[in-house]
Amino acid sequence: MTISGVALLAICTLLGGLLGDLLGVALGVKANVGGVGIAMMFLIAARLWLMRHGILSHGLKTGVEFWGSFYIPIVVAMAAQQNVVAAAKGGPVVVIAGIGAVAVCFAMVALIGRFSGRVETMDEIEAREAEALAAPVPHFKSGRIG
Amino acid sequence: MTMMSHILAANALITAFAAVGILMWISGAISKHLTFGRIHASAIAIMLGLALAFWGGISTGGEKGVADLPALAGIGLMGGAMLRDFAIVATAFEVDVVHARKAGVIGAIALGLGTVVPFILGVFVAAAFGYTDAESLTTIGAGAVTYIVGPVTGAAIGASSPVIALSIATGVFKAVIVMIGTPFVAKMIGLNNPRSAMVFGGLMGTVSGVSGGLAATDRRLVPYGALTATFHTGLGCLVAPSILYFAVRAITGG
Repeated sequence: MTISGVALLAICTLLGGLLGDLLGVALGVKANVGGVGIAMMFLIAARLWLMRHGILSHGLKTGVEFWGSFYIPIVVAMAAQQNVVAAAKGGPVVVIAGIGAVAVCFAMVALIGRFSGRVETMDEIEAREAEALAAPVPHFKSGRIG
Repeated sequence: MTMMSHILAANALITAFAAVGILMWISGAISKHLTFGRIHASAIAIMLGLALAFWGGISTGGEKGVADLPALAGIGLMGGAMLRDFAIVATAFEVDVVHARKAGVIGAIALGLGTVVPFILGVFVAAAFGYTDAESLTTIGAGAVTYIVGPVTGAAIGASSPVIALSIATGVFKAVIVMIGTPFVAKMIGLNNPRSAMVFGGLMGTVSGVSGGLAATDRRLVPYGALTATFHTGLGCLVAPSILYFAVRAITGG
């Protein structure tokens, strides 16, 4: 049933939100501490449990995946209701933080690549696989195995 | 005309679905015909959303973008914290733990760095522009991680709407630079094998930015980059409004 997926998602979201609020109270801040992230972990755990027990039905999947696929439209709606007029005054922050973050991350991709040694490139992998395919395969003359 | 606006206002949420749908179609067409697929339709749609919010704010003098227009009040519900968190949590359903193991240690390191480093940078930039409270600093820092982590964090810790709008814009801007810039720096940063693609996905985050950028570089690398990038938002939503927020609070003394 589709509703079981939607309900599972709702329960995970509520539990995550509750735990986030509780954590906030415990830590003495007026904030929801990581509630969305906690809810996501619940959902991942629930999916694993359902798969192990073989009760991950198509309907259940549909119920959750519908909302997952709705994520970008909802983010667009979220963007459309922000106080952008006030934010525009802080415009340079956007440009500097955006460019800075990307530049630093690009540099780190290069650094991690250098430090972790050389690996096969995509072209080399494909060339090797193509060679393996082209090479004559012994013992299978009739196409039957054994 | 009054009948039309009555119908729209009476079915506020349905109107919002239609309006956002139309916006997504327009964005899809712009992405395909004007940028030749270089810039992902979703990034264009979010930018259009922000532009509309700017126009809505100017024409109504309100603080809630287009949601201040009576006919489009449903946008406020559709993009509000309730449905937003619901949909973001749902995306975790596609995370496959078996696949996660494939990315291994190097993927995890990239993910951790990809969350913390942009955050610190964002916090410093925000501080340089005169923000002093822990909530604003954390929210803008989180926006430099991704455009989802920013508003989720901002809503959780109680940042103001202009600051949340700034964090979304920062994240979207980052995603767009990744989409456009990746093909140009690909060779320089060694982006020609599955492992560096996974590192790239973990560091850059935004799935739309990573998949768009890798597709323009080498289509075969997309699944590897997306594999680590899918964890990025979840990790960010977990640590930004918690550990990172407390770290900022401890430093600012708020």
